[in-house]
Amino acid sequence: MATGIRDKVAILGMGCTRFGERWNDGAEELMVEAFQECLGDAGIERKDIQAAWLGSCFDEVNIGKSALPASMALRLPNISVTRVENYCASGTEAFRGAVYAVASGACDIALAIGVEKLKDIGYGGLPDFSSAMGTLNQLWMANMTAPGGFAMLATGYAAKYGLDINDVKKAMAHVSVKSHANGVLNPKAHLRRAVTEEQVLNSPQIAYPLGLFDCCGVSDGSACAIVTTPEIAKSLGKRDLVSVKALQLSLSNGTELAYDWDGAHFLTTTKASTAAYKEAGIKNPREEISMMEVHDCFSITELVTMEDLHISERGQAPKDIMDGFYDIDGKVPCQVDGGLKCFGHPIGASGLRMLYEMYLQLHGRAGDRQLKDPKFGLTHNLGGFPFMNVCSIGIVGKYDG
Amino acid sequence: MVGITSYGGYIPRYRLSRMVIVQNMAWYFPVIMAVAGGEKSVANWDEDAVSMAVAAAYDCMNGKDRKALDGVSLASTTLPFADRLNAGIVATALNMKEEGVSNADFSACMKAGTTAAISALEAVEAGKKDSVLVVASDQRRTKMATMLEMFYGDGAAALLFGKDDVIAEFKGSYSVSCDFIDHYRGAGKEFDYGWEERWQRDEGYGKIIPEAITGFLNKSGMKIEEFDKVIYPCYFGGTHKGIARKLGIDKEKAQNNMHAVCGDTGTAHPFVMFVAALEEAKPGDKLLLASFGQGCDVMAFEVTDKIKDFKGPKGIKGSLANRVELASYQKFAKFRDLIVADLGIRGEANPNTALTVLWRKRKMLLGLVGVKCKKCGTPQFPPMPVCVNPDCWAVNDFEDYEFADKDAKILMFTGDMLSASVDPPAVYGLIGYDGGGRTMLDFTDCDLNQVKVGMNAKMSFRKRYSDGMRGFTGYFWKAVPQVEGGDA
Repeated sequence: MATGIRDKVAILGMGCTRFGERWNDGAEELMVEAFQECLGDAGIERKDIQAAWLGSCFDEVNIGKSALPASMALRLPNISVTRVENYCASGTEAFRGAVYAVASGACDIALAIGVEKLKDIGYGGLPDFSSAMGTLNQLWMANMTAPGGFAMLATGYAAKYGLDINDVKKAMAHVSVKSHANGVLNPKAHLRRAVTEEQVLNSPQIAYPLGLFDCCGVSDGSACAIVTTPEIAKSLGKRDLVSVKALQLSLSNGTELAYDWDGAHFLTTTKASTAAYKEAGIKNPREEISMMEVHDCFSITELVTMEDLHISERGQAPKDIMDGFYDIDGKVPCQVDGGLKCFGHPIGASGLRMLYEMYLQLHGRAGDRQLKDPKFGLTHNLGGFPFMNVCSIGIVGKYDG
Repeated sequence: MVGITSYGGYIPRYRLSRMVIVQNMAWYFPVIMAVAGGEKSVANWDEDAVSMAVAAAYDCMNGKDRKALDGVSLASTTLPFADRLNAGIVATALNMKEEGVSNADFSACMKAGTTAAISALEAVEAGKKDSVLVVASDQRRTKMATMLEMFYGDGAAALLFGKDDVIAEFKGSYSVSCDFIDHYRGAGKEFDYGWEERWQRDEGYGKIIPEAITGFLNKSGMKIEEFDKVIYPCYFGGTHKGIARKLGIDKEKAQNNMHAVCGDTGTAHPFVMFVAALEEAKPGDKLLLASFGQGCDVMAFEVTDKIKDFKGPKGIKGSLANRVELASYQKFAKFRDLIVADLGIRGEANPNTALTVLWRKRKMLLGLVGVKCKKCGTPQFPPMPVCVNPDCWAVNDFEDYEFADKDAKILMFTGDMLSASVDPPAVYGLIGYDGGGRTMLDFTDCDLNQVKVGMNAKMSFRKRYSDGMRGFTGYFWKAVPQVEGGDA
């Protein structure tokens, strides 16, 4: 009987670049920047790493295929390096690979690194999907972009709960205002300016009903983690360990698109979060989760996700949001570091960037953003589209909690 | 009895008032003011001769068995493929049989539609075929500030020929064929090239149509007075009247040339006008149809009692009523690719079309044919090897299920300004079909401001992309929200 991942693996060190339009840096420079910080934090040498995982998504316009770019850039000692790609969950997938390798006993110390160089394509937003969706899908799937795909969720959500779309938009605006307020406090964030609800509501429309400020930034960045067993971490002199409590993934199988779905929630997040809480031993997430970094690619995604994580009741996310429940001084602060909203979304890096903030918070190293005595931090990625997606959930916490 | 067993029509939803053309372009060529009345039909940017033909064909086949067709003929001078049977695209969109069926393109002449019709009727008369669908469709591009820009409209019409349940009996035909060139379009050229109007009017329409009709009357022994409607295209209003005068046709018996409501639809126009006449016809009415182009085909029909019980098609009347004004001349010019606007780098992506995939999945991609699970009965799209119902998951146990003629409800949608689109925002969404099944489709012919969750939508076969580099045109189906009016 599987016992789950809880407390089998500890984070030895982490690193994260400043996210932003890093015009002068390529994926190689970004990876090395994150890796050097991580290595220093872990207090080990390059040769101590026994296996590594690289997460990146748009290989066509980024670093290319295979894990060679990471092995070469980091000058890894000819160890196994594996590239993983699973849309926006790619960074968390790299982490999962490293964590599972350590937990299985296949190696003692493993590295997970995620990177995405988005600003080499010459236009705003994510790279065009049409040539990356497969030979069949490109012949029939709607002419979608990421904002459009998620914007539909707002119309579905408003219809399901009989809400005026303008009221949903107000709650969405608060989601962005809150994240920007947090981003101001983070020197590694891309966007570091506070915005008002009015600014968000009046921003130019990108995809009805999403305005520009309902969308996360587009940035370059890299983040990484070195993991090992709690025993080895302790033997290396580490104290107040941060350990992995849960890692869950859930993927659509086509029912939302082609069978039955209300268009107002993420089926995968609903399932992955339930499994994650069970794995972590969390009974009441609304009470027990101390902080979250969720996949706020768009404000509506974050809004709906609050319900799928079983923290807000169905139909109640707008109310909780407007009540400040997810603000930095609220009950469950969400996007404490500024979120994708302020960091942008270099896809392969995002999952690890989220874990980085949870790790800093649990160690009391989050500076102006430091929360009081957090216990469990949750990270969440959602890749693809509302009707067809990959969801990953990570929960980390204090090992001697 | 041999004759017409059904008809259908399609006039695109957008109409451009000729005054809008005049307001924008009369500075360049004031003569266009002479024909500034009325409006012309304008195909949406995602429509072409093939997509409009599919719309007219579906309209015509409403309530009829598409699997019973022995062939479909497509008449047009604006076909997207010079070598690939365009009628074959229409046939696949109709989900027709492939075995024992013969399809054909008739092209390069404004009378290609009637020529295809005569050929179909001769095959039915000879007992070689039972049921042949003939569709005529044209979407001609014109230079700005020209008379042709004023005269031409876009549209399609379809006639089904057979032996059973004939609504208009075929009474014979007669043709004149001669190499008279009023205008031409050289191979590979974008636009028509015409000789002066006096030549076209006086030596062309005004002479050849009367000669052919007279020839038919002489051959058949019928008299012009017997006909309740005489239908012939001619966008020169005075000449149209003159032909009637010359032949002794009463003013009200000459079918209106539809300049006011849609303009001349080219190869489709004899059919478009004829369908408009059929829609008003009573049992016993005799209709005489003539076309024009390097000669003239004349065809006579007598309407039967069956027309009384005949209903179903939207026809020309129905599609003319589904109308929204295209207020922007620039939008019209962009739709016809007459002006260059920037699609952005995002719009440069141009993945090749895998012809292998298109063949394997032709029913799905051109016919919007999904599957229905034999075990649990769930209709589903896209068709996959394993049933989508989580309580079933039967493997490879399906029958074909057509979604093209099913209505649907909009479940969620957006209008996307980031997507590269000729007509931003790109509107798309998730739709659920009445009777089961759901999928994500592009929407078309709609104003984002009027789209609502829960609104009804119908399926429409549209151009999906034009691969200019390789000369390939790709098609798929879109959802048309059933909005009334709205902005174009």
